[in-house]
Amino acid sequence: MKYLDEYRDPKIARALVEQIRARVTRPWVLMEICGGQTHTLMRYGIDELVAPGVELVHGPGCPVCVTALETIDKALAIASRPDVTFASYGDMLRVPGSHSDLFRVKASGGDVRIVYSPMDALKLARAMPERKVVFFAVGFETTAPGNAMAVCQAHREGLANFSVLVSHVLVPPAIRLLLASPANRVQGFIAPGHVCTVMGCREYEELASDFHVPMVVGGFEPLDLLEAILMLVGQLEDGRAEAENQYVRSVTREGNAPARHIMEQVFEVSDRKWRGIGEIAQSGYRLRPEFAVHDAEKVFDLHTVTAEEPAECISALVLQGLKKPPDCTAFGTRCTPETPMGAPMVSSEGACAAYYVYRRHELVTLAG
Amino acid sequence: MCLAIPGRIVDSENIGGSRVGNVEFGGIARKVYLDFVPEAVPGDYVIVHAGFAISLVDAEEAERTFALLEEMGALAEEGIDAS
Amino acid sequence: MTVSIEQFVCPAPLTGGDTVLLGHGSGGRLSAELIRDVFLPALGNSILGQLEDQATLDINGTRIAFTTDSFVVKPLFFRGGDIGSLAVHGTINDLAVGGAEPLFLSAAFILEEGLPMETLRRVARSMGEAAAAAGVRIATADTKVVEKGSGDGLFVNTTGIGLLRPGVTLSASNARPGDRVILSGYIGDHGMAILAEREGLEFDSPIGSDSAPLHTLTRAMLDAGTGIRAMRDPTRGGLASTLNEIAAQSGVTIEIEETAIPVREEVRGACEMLGLDPLHVANEGKLVAIVAPEAADAVVRAMRAHRLGADARVIGTVTGMARKLVLMRTSFGTTRIIDMLAGEQLPRIC
Repeated sequence: MKYLDEYRDPKIARALVEQIRARVTRPWVLMEICGGQTHTLMRYGIDELVAPGVELVHGPGCPVCVTALETIDKALAIASRPDVTFASYGDMLRVPGSHSDLFRVKASGGDVRIVYSPMDALKLARAMPERKVVFFAVGFETTAPGNAMAVCQAHREGLANFSVLVSHVLVPPAIRLLLASPANRVQGFIAPGHVCTVMGCREYEELASDFHVPMVVGGFEPLDLLEAILMLVGQLEDGRAEAENQYVRSVTREGNAPARHIMEQVFEVSDRKWRGIGEIAQSGYRLRPEFAVHDAEKVFDLHTVTAEEPAECISALVLQGLKKPPDCTAFGTRCTPETPMGAPMVSSEGACAAYYVYRRHELVTLAG
Repeated sequence: MCLAIPGRIVDSENIGGSRVGNVEFGGIARKVYLDFVPEAVPGDYVIVHAGFAISLVDAEEAERTFALLEEMGALAEEGIDAS
Repeated sequence: MTVSIEQFVCPAPLTGGDTVLLGHGSGGRLSAELIRDVFLPALGNSILGQLEDQATLDINGTRIAFTTDSFVVKPLFFRGGDIGSLAVHGTINDLAVGGAEPLFLSAAFILEEGLPMETLRRVARSMGEAAAAAGVRIATADTKVVEKGSGDGLFVNTTGIGLLRPGVTLSASNARPGDRVILSGYIGDHGMAILAEREGLEFDSPIGSDSAPLHTLTRAMLDAGTGIRAMRDPTRGGLASTLNEIAAQSGVTIEIEETAIPVREEVRGACEMLGLDPLHVANEGKLVAIVAPEAADAVVRAMRAHRLGADARVIGTVTGMARKLVLMRTSFGTTRIIDMLAGEQLPRIC
């Protein structure tokens, strides 16, 4: 597959690794934000290849994981209603709420459907005018244009039975939070390539200059990530802190204007609660008031339950790179992908899940 | 939420006010909304996420930067330091 | 309110496991747990406890292989087969990988009220044709009808009986360090064909299910000589789950090479698009064999001479480590652990 396969070439990968090794004069700690990038790093063992000169830690790059507990509980409440068809991306189905998850709601008779696109949910609404169709709009900025389009179309067509439960989160506020922490170890960031495809690079230029930390917008294939790592190492060794773009085949400095235009029509920036952290100001999107008829928060009268969150998992420390998942006492025992306790284990893209599935820790002990 | 892959636009049409294309991904074709890439034409490659094209692949930039990577790979094979 | 990253805490753990979930049927870890926690304690006996794809029964000195399976596939009809032919092939294969010659099947149908008669006729015809082509007979059958809404159109349960080849005892617990792992061909076809049908994916070269009866292939392999320790067909849960089962039952580590595993371009493309791993996708016409190193070449040759084994190859080795793991050497030369499918295979969006 063009623009995919060639970025998996093992020979070029080896060359990039050699370049990285040659460039490194002291160890550096880098973080990638996006779950898709974490997945690639684990799958190809890139962390193994760039160690020990480069240590890779994994950021809160999984909007599935960081969807607020209250939002999940709202989703479950909506999905349990007999008059509702609840459409969601597959990876949301396993995310636990306070007492249940969408899989269990489905098992109890709820009409829960997996869709690959918000437009599929819209199709359901058209096909079943007698049912309320609710789409779980979870994601970073990447997913927002599509969701905005679905809401716009629903509005245009007067599809009153279609609504969205919005849980969009924004990347830059999360990076700010990480960098503002006194315990932060991360010295350079691989910025999420598909988020930047939509949003452009400006926010990352600001972050680089505000915190004097280099940012490189990276793609998702192994060569993309290796190249991004090389570029970050280059900046760090030179003492520079700029925003650079590795993923030039998809990302421009300005991003995608038509996409942002429709996002601005439909969404406004709001405060948002991140699971396990709490509310981060101006870190999410909500629907503008003129789209209230399509806003599941307003369509369904839900009383929010604030759940007590007992602390055993060390998500915070993992996400800052202070601990690795296997350092957690619950890792692999009480906390597994089937019975997740914390945000990074919940989705298949979270750091703990990536560690668990690829069992990196066991490989370490195997190597002796 | 970043799973997006490159595909080639085969053709496009207007459906209900949107521009929808048939996009091919290594032997599979899927309908993709092209409203965010108004400048893309059949033959172009786009990056597709959740049924929407979010960018037009800059073929020239891709060629240029990949050529550098290929050269790096070739030189490394010959044992020459390319830096 | 200022928040800081140190305030990250863990959400309440889910207490549960009190209802059956879709994941319990996916052939991965949850399925294994269901067997271990519910069925074995209740039904347990030494035969069931062996957890092979078929049971070996000794009846007055004659060794018989006995298996059961249920088929709940949706859609009922797909490129490359249907629930009927799938039921015949799947049952034959469970017997065949145990080293048995399949002879007789039973078929029990659970039909939902309102199922079109023509649908039922098509399925029955397909089963008859598949059985005849494979040289087995469906000797007994049963039908039940449930009220509309209580079923999914049509479910089929089968049992199969076969005669075990004298002197051959295959078992997933027989793998030893040094043994070779042989795969009969391209993986992921069946699962992706079904998904493609369900999700309306269109292909230039459409993916068809690989559903096929493997007993003549296994016969050819066993004819090639001794040295086959075990065979399994990687159905639900895919190659990854099957290899993990073997590793667990034999108490060994299995190492495979990513570059050796054949996957069709279209299957790969569909998996890329949906964020699925071909190693976890179901197959219905493939087998994996654990073979003594000195016999591996002969077995691969015998397989390649057969229509259903044309792409057979060695994909890995059983190593001497006493860790019940499956390791894969990636195309980059790094190593990763291949785990069983946890629950239901979910398409990724991240």
